Amino acid sequence: MTALLRFEGVALRRGDRLLFEGLDLELAPGEKLQVSGPNGSGKSSLIRLAAGLLRLERGRVERSLLALADDNLALDRELPLRIALHFWGGAFDEAMVQLGIGDLADVPVRLLSSGQAKRAALARVFASGSLLWLLDEPLNALDSDGADRLSSRIDGHVKAGGAVLAASHQPLPGEWRGLELGA
Amino acid sequence: MIKALIGRDVRRGLTGAAWLPIAFFLLVAALMPFAIGPDAKLLSRIASGALWIAALTAALLPVERLVEPDRADGMLDQLFLHGMAEESIALAKIAAHWLTFAPLLLVAAIPASALLAMDGSLLLRTEIALAIGTPGLASLAVAIAAVTAGLPRAGSLAGLLLLPLAVPLLIFGAANAYLLEAAISLLLTAGAPFVAGAAIRAART
Repeated sequence: MTALLRFEGVALRRGDRLLFEGLDLELAPGEKLQVSGPNGSGKSSLIRLAAGLLRLERGRVERSLLALADDNLALDRELPLRIALHFWGGAFDEAMVQLGIGDLADVPVRLLSSGQAKRAALARVFASGSLLWLLDEPLNALDSDGADRLSSRIDGHVKAGGAVLAASHQPLPGEWRGLELGA
Repeated sequence: MIKALIGRDVRRGLTGAAWLPIAFFLLVAALMPFAIGPDAKLLSRIASGALWIAALTAALLPVERLVEPDRADGMLDQLFLHGMAEESIALAKIAAHWLTFAPLLLVAAIPASALLAMDGSLLLRTEIALAIGTPGLASLAVAIAAVTAGLPRAGSLAGLLLLPLAVPLLIFGAANAYLLEAAISLLLTAGAPFVAGAAIRAART
């Protein structure tokens, strides 16, 4: 099987700073890779680069269809959660149940706590049907129940031939391949 | 996706503050008799131009909420990841903005015409000119909104950018030169998605 995400000699500049260069990375189906490193080392930038949201300085990135969950919710705050998720399509009902927010379907997004909002952003990724998931600090604001639900869903996704690239400064539950970025 | 986005933006426009620019438009029109005096002849002579100025200033009001909230909330990123080109996003936003802005403006022009002592034929000519000009005005507003999204004091900057660029529309619209006005409106409508699309790309951080 071919890789779902491939970096070849990638360099990324943010302002005057060269965050990294000569970065090679390959993510095949069934793999999960955690990017770690201190604050400001470029974890989130690497995720956004992988998503195609940032322009690279040098190198090449190949990516398959992907879904991204970062700090931005991208759900209409005035709408009930279920209708807000409906905009993005996919099997969102199932994803909401998997994340334990099935009973919040009729609650307006603006009333969600930050942990519930994080679960909602993850639900969009779960529902997307994409093979490649990009998660930026997925544990932020999640309680232990949320973290358990996340990690069991990730394991299911990886077993089913998907791949996950996650950036996190704290260790993620389970066995992950690691990529350490310098400061 | 483009249809869903237009529908969503129209819903947000209409449940949100769509009436604000319209109320502002009527208010500016209502100020004219106070500023100029109640002379009906004089009022009807300047009425068409006054309505245009009211429409331009009203078009400025929503600029800050057209693109910036979606940029800040990651909506634009997710739309891109769901396969929408930035130009398509901009086109959808223009269509949605026109739908929430133009029909209400054309309706509001009727009570405004009474305030300015306009007769029926003058009102009709002004309505036609406004109808031709509003697509260009909506496109300009979205393009400026995208260019200024994320900048500090974007609202004031948007005014400085939008009003001069709207001058050609104003000249031909207020003079009822429909064909020239339509040409300008078409030019703005055709160009704005590319300007706004490039601006959305450039604003990503």
